[in-house]
Amino acid sequence: MAVSVDEAVSTGPARDHSPPARRLGGRGRSGLEVALLIVLAVVMLFPVLWMIETSIKENRDVYAIPAKFFDFRVTLEHYRDVFVAPDGGRSALSVSFLNSAVVAGVSTVLATVLGVPAAWAYSRFAVKAKKDQLFFILSTRFMPPVVVVIPIFLMYRQVGLIDSKLGLILIYAAFNVPFTIWMMKGFVDEVPAEYEDAAMLDGYTRLQAFWKFTLPLLVPGIAATAVFALIFSWNEFVFAIFLTSSDDVRTAPPAIAGLIGGTTTDWGLVAAASVVFALPVLVFAYLVRKHLIAGVTLGAVRR
Amino acid sequence: MAGIEVNALHKRYPDGTVAVDHVDLSIGDGELFVMLGPSGCGKTTTLRAIAGLERQTTGDIRIGDTLVNDLPPAERDIAMVFQFYALYPHLRTRDNLAFPLRAEGLPKAEVRERVEEAARLMRLGPLLDRRPRQLSGGEQQRVALARALVRRPRAFLMDEPLTNLDAELRADMRTEIKHLQGELGATMVYVTHDQVEAMSLGHRIAILNKGRVEQIGTPLEVYDRPASLFCAAFIGSPPMNLIEVEVADGKLRGQGGLVLTPPPGLPRDARLVAGVRPEALEVTEPGADGTVPARVVSAEWLGDEIIYVVDHGGERDVRVRMPPTVRFAADAKVGLRHTGGTPAVYDVRTEELVA
Ligand SMILES: Nc1ncnc2c1ncn2[C@@H]1O[C@H](COP(=O)(O)OP(=O)(O)O)[C@@H](O)[C@H]1O
Ligand SMILES: [Mg+2]
Repeated sequence: MAVSVDEAVSTGPARDHSPPARRLGGRGRSGLEVALLIVLAVVMLFPVLWMIETSIKENRDVYAIPAKFFDFRVTLEHYRDVFVAPDGGRSALSVSFLNSAVVAGVSTVLATVLGVPAAWAYSRFAVKAKKDQLFFILSTRFMPPVVVVIPIFLMYRQVGLIDSKLGLILIYAAFNVPFTIWMMKGFVDEVPAEYEDAAMLDGYTRLQAFWKFTLPLLVPGIAATAVFALIFSWNEFVFAIFLTSSDDVRTAPPAIAGLIGGTTTDWGLVAAASVVFALPVLVFAYLVRKHLIAGVTLGAVRR
Repeated sequence: MAGIEVNALHKRYPDGTVAVDHVDLSIGDGELFVMLGPSGCGKTTTLRAIAGLERQTTGDIRIGDTLVNDLPPAERDIAMVFQFYALYPHLRTRDNLAFPLRAEGLPKAEVRERVEEAARLMRLGPLLDRRPRQLSGGEQQRVALARALVRRPRAFLMDEPLTNLDAELRADMRTEIKHLQGELGATMVYVTHDQVEAMSLGHRIAILNKGRVEQIGTPLEVYDRPASLFCAAFIGSPPMNLIEVEVADGKLRGQGGLVLTPPPGLPRDARLVAGVRPEALEVTEPGADGTVPARVVSAEWLGDEIIYVVDHGGERDVRVRMPPTVRFAADAKVGLRHTGGTPAVYDVRTEELVA
């Protein structure tokens, strides 16, 4: 039976078929499990909580020894410093956030615009040596970025892309296209080709059929894929620090890293900048969480 | 409406699979033509080539008087109904029906009129404002049919459209499709692997095997005289009994003493097999006139008939169809005789009908 993508995406309450006893392994184990989970949660969350706390502490309390967990004075001046320079103009950090948004956004759009049609083509058409091509595409992601950063630095210097947003956009798009093709191919495979066949018989060209019928059904997949690409580009550090140097171009990760060092480090500012940096990703992931889950589970739907 | 001519169709997929080896079809204007064959024999590929969704490797396809080899699907003016209905999931029934018409750019009033006509024909009134997800399998299938209708295409192609329905609904829809086709006088190519569907629907049936046409004929011809051993084994439930025979004293004699009337024109020096329908045999009390002694191996009670599996000392047990009033227990001693006319006879080597 056919399952439309809409159906697959609608998230009902998750059904759990395993009986409670087996899931918890009896009362004794459940107590141990809870204890371990609490330890894990504390270890994972403490740095985050500490970052948030530091970002709203007055400087006196930030450097207090012993550290103050609860009775500190709350202030928002660090957040003001993130966006406003001491002379009242825009701060360098705020410029870097803007750069990050532009670079991550444009590179994601570029990767999606290139990757989705490519995924469709790989899914629908008989391409010569399709498996080898797909493997080659994937293989470009096998190495960590740091391996290729020197050659890319040299090439960029030749063509004048060093220290430019365009340079970062291109390299991020290049890294995201393979990922987009692979992830989107899975989604396209799930959409029956008969939709396009029917549309072509109805008088549309192949491209129109793709555009009008398959593409709308791919939207959840595209959203999930784009979020992953966006997060990669937003968080990327290695290329950013090697390929950019000026404050006008620099993205947030190297800019925040640049705050540390020198004679003194303004930890309040670092913490506030980090919170601001983390927020968009969290908010965005939260907004599309339904699609993210669908992205992980869609392949499990039989038809 | 228009007829369809397929000449020497051959389709080889890029991976080397020969899906259609050699197919010739001549489908008349207004004919309900059924392509029947086991899964993987190339039915869908042939149909998709006619629709233009797949380009044949060699061969010609004509729709009406037009050679359509190089025409895209949109310009062939053909509607296709898929096994998987392919209703656009984000559109209501009404819009699903209107879609092909809007694609043609028809004026709004005409679109509405045609949608309503198709909806009336397929009795879709209450379903017009639902999305495919809110429809049962049978309803989706009716919508898919209606969507094929609205365009008033030159021909309909149906690829196993009833496979996903349960048995009862399938029988209803079969009647409905046949009725509709007759009413519209539509040219229809209907693909199925279900011989009952083929027999009950088709004006003519083409039996396909391994990318080749084994036989083309009316349901009666195909049933009475299957053109090859493949067809003989494929048509009928249970299928024909294939009994090895020899010609002696102007009679066909099988093992166990079964005697059949020979058709004229039998070749000499060939090993022969006679195809005998289960209803052309009869199980009687032992020792009745003209019978050979036999034993009931098993009996299948189907309500309106009984299928006896009978051992008469031949190579293989034979199946006999009897009315439910004639009852023998398993293992009973019985008589077996042939009551039909001359059987179809096949050459064992060529597997083809010889007389
Ligand atoms: N796109 C394709 N690429 C390669 N082989 C295919 C393709 N489509 C069908 N085939 C093969 O061609 C043969 C005929 O398929 P098909 O026409 O779908 O048969 P049917 O509809 O009679 O079941 C099968 O062996 C099938 O595996
Ligand atoms: Mg098929």
